[in-house]
Amino acid sequence: MNGPLKRAALACLLMFGLLMVNVNYVQAVRAEDYRADSRNKRNFYDRYQVERGRILAGDQVLAESVENPESDYRFQRRYPKGPIYAHITGYFSPESESGIEQARNQLLDGSSADLLIRRSIDLFTNKASKGASVDLTIRPKAQEAAYNALRQSGKRGAVVALEPKTGAILAMVSLPTYDPNKLSTPNKGEVFAAYNKLDADKTSPLINRAISRSYPPGSTYKVLTAAAFLEDDSSRGPQTVVEAPQLLDLPNVPTAQDLPNSGGAACGTGQVSLVFALEKSCNTPFGKIGMDLGYDAMNEQASRFGIGGDPLEIPMRAADSSFGDEVDAAALAQASIGQRDNQMTPLQMAMVSAGIANNGTVMKPYLVNKVADAEGGEVEAADPEEVGEAVSPETAGKLRQMMVSVVQNGTASAAQISGINVGGKTGTAETAEGQDPHAWFISFAPAEDPKVAVAVIVESGSAGSDASGGQTAAPIAKAVMEAVLR
Amino acid sequence: MTAVDGAQVTLPAKRRGAQLAMLAFAVAIVMLAYANVGLAIDDQIPAGMLTYGLGLGGLMLAAYLVLAKFAPWADPLILPLVTLVNGIGLVMIYRLEAGGMPRASASTQLFWTGAGIVMFTVTLIVLRDHRALQRMTYTAGFLGLAFLIAPLLPFIGEEINGAAIWIDLGFTTLQPAEFVKIALVIFFAGYLVAKRDVLALAGRRLLFIDLPRARDLGPVLITWGVSLGVLILQKDLGTSLLIFGAFIAMLYIATQRTSWVLIGILLFIGGAVLAGLLFGHVRDRFEVFLDPGNQELFEKVGGSEQLMQGLFALGSGGILGTGLGQGHPDEIPLAFSDFIFTAAGEELGLTGLMALLMIYALLVERGLRTAIAARDPFSKLLAGGLSFILAWQVFIIVGGVTNLIPLTGLVTPFMSQGGSALLANWILIALLVRMSDAARKPPPQAIQDEGMTQVFQR
Repeated sequence: MNGPLKRAALACLLMFGLLMVNVNYVQAVRAEDYRADSRNKRNFYDRYQVERGRILAGDQVLAESVENPESDYRFQRRYPKGPIYAHITGYFSPESESGIEQARNQLLDGSSADLLIRRSIDLFTNKASKGASVDLTIRPKAQEAAYNALRQSGKRGAVVALEPKTGAILAMVSLPTYDPNKLSTPNKGEVFAAYNKLDADKTSPLINRAISRSYPPGSTYKVLTAAAFLEDDSSRGPQTVVEAPQLLDLPNVPTAQDLPNSGGAACGTGQVSLVFALEKSCNTPFGKIGMDLGYDAMNEQASRFGIGGDPLEIPMRAADSSFGDEVDAAALAQASIGQRDNQMTPLQMAMVSAGIANNGTVMKPYLVNKVADAEGGEVEAADPEEVGEAVSPETAGKLRQMMVSVVQNGTASAAQISGINVGGKTGTAETAEGQDPHAWFISFAPAEDPKVAVAVIVESGSAGSDASGGQTAAPIAKAVMEAVLR
Repeated sequence: MTAVDGAQVTLPAKRRGAQLAMLAFAVAIVMLAYANVGLAIDDQIPAGMLTYGLGLGGLMLAAYLVLAKFAPWADPLILPLVTLVNGIGLVMIYRLEAGGMPRASASTQLFWTGAGIVMFTVTLIVLRDHRALQRMTYTAGFLGLAFLIAPLLPFIGEEINGAAIWIDLGFTTLQPAEFVKIALVIFFAGYLVAKRDVLALAGRRLLFIDLPRARDLGPVLITWGVSLGVLILQKDLGTSLLIFGAFIAMLYIATQRTSWVLIGILLFIGGAVLAGLLFGHVRDRFEVFLDPGNQELFEKVGGSEQLMQGLFALGSGGILGTGLGQGHPDEIPLAFSDFIFTAAGEELGLTGLMALLMIYALLVERGLRTAIAARDPFSKLLAGGLSFILAWQVFIIVGGVTNLIPLTGLVTPFMSQGGSALLANWILIALLVRMSDAARKPPPQAIQDEGMTQVFQR
């Protein structure tokens, strides 16, 4: 019987051989496919194995990883002030992240090449590697003031506050908002359900309106038109007389589509000073200035403020702003008063205000003040960068003077702060038929040595006139400026 | 040839010292693995380590002493190999329990390991001559069938996880299929030794193969029918395949007729096609085998999820594994049972699995070597059958969980959690040890030598 026994032994050998070959195939050849399969939860566990760094703003902790040794998901993300900072911190969901969580992900989770030395040290000292913490430029007081003031309006909108000299973002609020805690648990089902609900919400709470959405800037854009006008001839000033008809005749369009002032009102006597036109936010003089200067000069001025240039990364990427394409004189006149194809993000309008406040030099806005590894060693520090000189210091001075006048004598009296000179400009942006226009406000303070520049937009926040928009948006800017200055 | 030469024939060495050293080595590996799990999960050596270590070590020492006393010529490799696999299974179950897997219980498994070793020693002590089993051929056959049918009986039979393969004894549940395995191999061995001359008779010759006579097809058809019955009534594909395959292999060993193997394969294919046509669950298994990654099958109840989770574990383990206690084998449903091999694969890696397969292969090889060395046909068949069924079982379950063949449920011998399987497999090992003792024992001096010159060695 030994013959067949030996053959049976051979068969057993063959079976074990096949098993071994197959195990090699599964664990070496196909391993990567199985490892990367989205149904393999191990990837997902790994996401929670690292102690991510914190996101800080001054002494406030905006995001931190909390250890839960009992759970498969060891470190879970928590946002103590969730909704207020949601669009800044972003969320850390089971499969993706947003905001700073995304933009600085590799530093936060410690995988960045910049942390290589730290990781090597940790390896030798047998310490668990932690991610680096990210310190933001946000001032919690200003952020909370902006959040509360905008919320009180009961409307959707956005607020951006910049430090004019550096470009540091002091506050950035977008409403409606969401609670990032709910999108950051390891429970996929719960998170996806919550996300889908937010995503389907018509009010778009997930969108950071401050940087990701652009609006027609309305009358706030007249500041830029004035800037182009002053830059064109340095002898011009606030008192330069401009033509301000009741109705501006636009070439090649029917009379019905000519440009009126707000509510069809007259603008003074029809021959007014530039500062008066700005105070009253007359449309016709600025429409005419735009047509007189021409598309190229107007677009050139816009681009010197950074409009239509390289997309901004703060580090989250901002939507593009644009003065609009060259169409005809009528379109140019409309764009010069912030309508038609003129589209600005709130961040861009804050940069305009900050540039004027900073003697004409626009600084690149940024959110990350510094990044420090787990032991406190500095990995990255903010280095303020110029976008360029938007206007000469003289022009900037004239613009500041006129904007202060707007707050003192014009449509923006609601932004007055006692004892401090505030400069500002209201705006009302026509949107779709049947909807109230958006209310805009851009400002800076104190006028002599600006410490803060703000842009506010309140969606459908105006009853129609600049004055009413000013009533809604200006107090929000005022609250933010007060929080920064006091 | 002189008598002096005859007296100097070297006897097989007992190698008791080597066996003890290997046994200690096996226990040491298991203890280190155990400490490894504790360090990885709780950052400390598990509190019960000494108890477990002394427990397992003590049990093995007892088994060794009994073996040394009652089967001194036994193969020295078998016991250490089994100890190692059993110990690694124990560590994996401990690790799954520590990872919070419901129903995984290392203490229960340790208890049953102890009980298994007791069965091992009792079998060695009671069964001094395994040939006694030959006299119990039909008793074994009857017992095997009774065990096979038991789960279907009212009151004691129980269906768990969709397979009616359990009996409820009140204080515990038993999976009798593992005992069936041994009883039927004993029956097949006894039966085939008695009938092999008839079964080996050639009938007609077809091409280059001698077909058996048609009237001798009876036993094959009966076994085939029983296997199909198991498949149909108990939905237990694994046991069905196990029994039929073992019978065909033993039939071949007994008769040397390749035609039996071919007939067996044809009957198997016929049975598989028939079952596939008749039963949804058989067809499902096959579909899953062909495309386990399919999302629809993955989501289906009883679909490919468990298999895929096993493959994910293997893929994530890669070549070196995550290290004990550092993977997520608890993602695999029932990882302590049929899928323990994939759980080990995640944490021990390809390296660990190759070693494990090597251990099984060595064990089977020692068993087959025993069969070749055995002196009587019954011993040859029994040892060959038991070794083959061990290899066949490992092939079916490991091949199933690694998607080499369609998945059919079976326990991984000595590794999966479960008392019945441990008891039965330790008895199987005791039988192999008993037979290897008999095979390696020097034969009694030939009587005709007595009158010749006596040579004394000093």
